[in-house]
Amino acid sequence: MKYVALLSVALATVAAGLLLGPASVPAGEFLRSPIVWQLRLPRVVLAYLVGGALGVAGVGLQALVRNPLADPFLLGLSGGAGLGAVVAIALHLPGPWALPLAAFAGAVGAMVLVYRLGLIGGTGGAGGELDPRILLLGGVAVGAFAAAITTALVSLAEATELRNAFLWLWGGFSAASWTTVLVMLVYAPLPLAVIAAAARPLDLLALGEEPAQYLGADVRRLKQLVYLAASLLTAAAVAISGVIGFVGLIVPHVCRLVWGRLHRTLIPTSFLTGGILLAAADTLARTAVAPRELPVGIVTALIGVPLFAFLLRRWTVS
Amino acid sequence: MDRELIVAICDLTCRYADAPRDALREVSLEVNAGEFHAVLGPNGSGKTTLVRAALGLLRPTGGRAEILGRAASEWSRRDLARVVGVVPQREDNLFPQRVRETVLLGRYPHLSLFGSVRETDRAAVERALVACDVRDLSDRWLWTLSGGEYQRVRLARALAQEPRLLVLDEPTTSLDLRHEMELFELVRELVDARRLGALMITHHVNLAARFADQVLILADGRAAARGAPAEALTRDTVERVFSWPVAIKPFDGRPQMIPLRQRKDAP
Repeated sequence: MKYVALLSVALATVAAGLLLGPASVPAGEFLRSPIVWQLRLPRVVLAYLVGGALGVAGVGLQALVRNPLADPFLLGLSGGAGLGAVVAIALHLPGPWALPLAAFAGAVGAMVLVYRLGLIGGTGGAGGELDPRILLLGGVAVGAFAAAITTALVSLAEATELRNAFLWLWGGFSAASWTTVLVMLVYAPLPLAVIAAAARPLDLLALGEEPAQYLGADVRRLKQLVYLAASLLTAAAVAISGVIGFVGLIVPHVCRLVWGRLHRTLIPTSFLTGGILLAAADTLARTAVAPRELPVGIVTALIGVPLFAFLLRRWTVS
Repeated sequence: MDRELIVAICDLTCRYADAPRDALREVSLEVNAGEFHAVLGPNGSGKTTLVRAALGLLRPTGGRAEILGRAASEWSRRDLARVVGVVPQREDNLFPQRVRETVLLGRYPHLSLFGSVRETDRAAVERALVACDVRDLSDRWLWTLSGGEYQRVRLARALAQEPRLLVLDEPTTSLDLRHEMELFELVRELVDARRLGALMITHHVNLAARFADQVLILADGRAAARGAPAEALTRDTVERVFSWPVAIKPFDGRPQMIPLRQRKDAP
């Protein structure tokens, strides 16, 4: 029943994304309109995919660091992606893919750095083990460092470039096309499958690392795989649409309240719910102040912060 | 009755990275099916280290630890979890959880990657709930349980793994007399009725002497004594290991320790 409701809301969100927009499309031409087929549909599908990816990355990461208040962007990826994007703008790299690719490279660079910092013990990194606490602290440190360099570059740049970089960082789907949808459709399934396959061991990890091992989880490999998969999903999301906060934080929380703590249901429902949240936020972002457009990261923050404050109180009271 | 060797530890030596001395030094232990072993010793004497090394979480620097004839480090965690059920000393409850869900976690090593919970798994969970007398609590939240009930639920989870060996790390710490006795009785019953092996770390010298077939006393990482309670728990050994004067009196054919007061003039 709850699943039927979830699927209905998902379909309704996509339908709303197709129907609403600054340009009015006559009802008779709706099914033939290029505005619907070439602009709105790829955009709403892309927003849905990115939202779902962020939701699943959030679930995996919260289980990994064993902290229900962790956000995928805590791990320094947004800082790395921002730096990559600003470098691309500063160097005037040509082509429509320069910016997302540079951002992706920056995010992956930050990921590798944080991963190395979080690897404790062993020699040469071979026998090391990820320490989730160090991972979080390392993420904050790497993010701050990247942000400092980004700000230095922006302060040296000219005004219009600065505005571009700034708006890009806050996220948006205005550049969505069927090509980007295709890229996401090819890229996302592998990391999603890795996290889905780890569903049961992630349940065990909530007990602690040692108890999880006694119940059959290969904790060392589990942490590495889930960290890499969650980070790669987040890196793709940030490359496609900039930094979109709170989706990866709020969605797992809401799903845990409705469906319980087991990851076999938490992972698919977080994908569906994350998609709903981001697709709805994007529709709002492009219709609220039409014909202008809000960065979608601002909309998710405006929705997410009050919701987060509410959940935080609930959490600390219970 | 045939003796079926489950755990074989021989001259096991362990040292944590950067530690100045060995946490465990040349300790040996053999646990057969149908035997209840207790590991005694003061804090920091290497009891938990022994369990970690025996179950492959810690690579020994010397000696061997084998489970069912295979080195502990060669077992995959999943295969080992089908043979050994552990009640760890501590664990977290990050998210609220019900009793039946908790016990079902014990079936995870038996489930396939994307397969769902089967009828055999549900049956194993029911059996474990009944065996530990917690079936009536199935739908309760964990945080509403008393300390004794909580420990029985965790033992039920270990039983749901359908193991050959149970390992319990200080399961009765912070339990009152009745719950403590119930837990020892339950472990003894499981060992006798199902021919499980049991290895329990405990601070209760007297209950270990009453319930266990064999005791191993650790001091500073070395075995101070090992054998049947009557042989191992001598006044000399106990006083040396625990650094306190005691008297040992027999009760029901088992040695019982009575700590002595040091100020004899006290009223």
